[in-house]
Amino acid sequence: MTGVTDSWVVQELSARMFEKPADAAPPNGLFRPVVEQPRRRRRPVTLTLRALLPAAIFGLWWGFTGTGIISRTELASPSATWSAFVDLLLHQDLLGDIGISASRAVFGLLIGGGVGLLLGVIVGLFALGEEIFDSSLQMFRTLPFPALIFLFIIWFGIGETSKVLLIALACLTPMYLNVSNGVRNVDRRVVEAARTFGLRGWGLVRKVIIPLALPSILNGLRFAAGISIVALVFAETIAANLGIGYLVTQASSLQQVPTLMVCIIIYCLLGITADVVVRILERVTMPWRRHMAVR
Amino acid sequence: MTGTLVDAPAVVVRGVTKTFGERDVLSDLDLTVGRGEFVALLGASGSGKTTLLRILLGLDGPTRGDVFVPEVRTTVFQEPRLVVSMKVWRNVVIGQPRQLSTRERAVAALREVGLEGHADAWPGTLSGGEAQRVALARALVRQPQLLLLDEPFAALDALTRLKMQALVADLCARHQPGVLLVTHDVEEAVLLADRVFVLKEGRISLNLEVDLPRPRRVGGERFDALRNRFLSELGVQQPH
Repeated sequence: MTGVTDSWVVQELSARMFEKPADAAPPNGLFRPVVEQPRRRRRPVTLTLRALLPAAIFGLWWGFTGTGIISRTELASPSATWSAFVDLLLHQDLLGDIGISASRAVFGLLIGGGVGLLLGVIVGLFALGEEIFDSSLQMFRTLPFPALIFLFIIWFGIGETSKVLLIALACLTPMYLNVSNGVRNVDRRVVEAARTFGLRGWGLVRKVIIPLALPSILNGLRFAAGISIVALVFAETIAANLGIGYLVTQASSLQQVPTLMVCIIIYCLLGITADVVVRILERVTMPWRRHMAVR
Repeated sequence: MTGTLVDAPAVVVRGVTKTFGERDVLSDLDLTVGRGEFVALLGASGSGKTTLLRILLGLDGPTRGDVFVPEVRTTVFQEPRLVVSMKVWRNVVIGQPRQLSTRERAVAALREVGLEGHADAWPGTLSGGEAQRVALARALVRQPQLLLLDEPFAALDALTRLKMQALVADLCARHQPGVLLVTHDVEEAVLLADRVFVLKEGRISLNLEVDLPRPRRVGGERFDALRNRFLSELGVQQPH
């Protein structure tokens, strides 16, 4: 990958170095074609651009709370948040809480995403599958999952099961919708061709349909990962005494604004981590896409 | 038939070199196409045909050298490349300014390629030949000073190809754009072109005027002589 970029850079540089000065006058009514090269920014530039908006928000936060334009009881300052963070780290096993919360989110995502993937493939592939499952899932989709918390407690108790299952439920539909749509949009001609070469059933799904639907599948994963973190907040209101959600509930009832800010930032970081993981997956699982997609 | 109009060219390529890594795909290439002239560029796979075309389209820049093209230039690619989400007539006037992107103009262009009845069809319902004719209408509706044809018949069946070649010859004679046809089909080049360039190892190795009367047909002593000349330049030996 770097090799490609490097040779491209070399080419670009040499193109600039050897470009003749505009002494060769264009003939009557003719022009040099405008070359629309894709702009590739260097990696540090890209990273800076990505960090720009979050940094600006942080700056505003600092500015407003530091100058007292926003009172400390409404929004904690960065320094108060930092000391709350250090306090949590030292006295309340914050890392343990993050670990518990992250593992709940990941398990929920794996179960819900897995079922969503399976149903999505079935519904995308077979009209029969769509007829059987789609209407139910479309109804299911609009259920606000926090409304089910009480039922889940009755059915699955107040332990880990109900928490993980609630997250799984929340992750199922975004995954399902994206996968079924992606599978349905796989190029029919390619599938036909693969069939004539003897690929059938599971082989066809695994070797052709899933890879070609990967852009949608990973988009579904991105959605589901985001939702898993949202669902985490609700799941951890179920009689939890560990986890970030527990900290949020506790801090809310005690009106500890700095602690709440710490939790919000942790949720943000979990969100960006999920996104980075999916981006890496995209790069690893779809090396072919580079040559075909617009970007 | 129009001769080379040196003072009013449609394409001027001067000393163009294109390097990929270590390899010169085009090396110090010179080429001129006159206004209204039909030029065919023959070359085997990997001879740099597509690279040259991409440079003329502005999709790539030359490593060295100068390229000049007219303002209005259009292309027919090897595949139709229609936007499947637009009706056929909207595809024809795609990207045109609002006052020019009318249905009448699109239908008039479609009539020239014999598809006025398909104006409201979806591209997905057309056959390969029909879709390619729509692509041709899309290229001609802009009244180009330069028409670039990138093996536009390569994906068509033999019968459709013959019809398309006649259609292109007819339309180009009527509209008189400068045409650069990139192809590896020698007979097609002799059939259609005023002049044929053979591209070999990144440069023009042969530049011959085709002085056969029009309309042309495949075969005949002079046709065969020209064809064999080009084939042997391309390294294909013909039995005698």
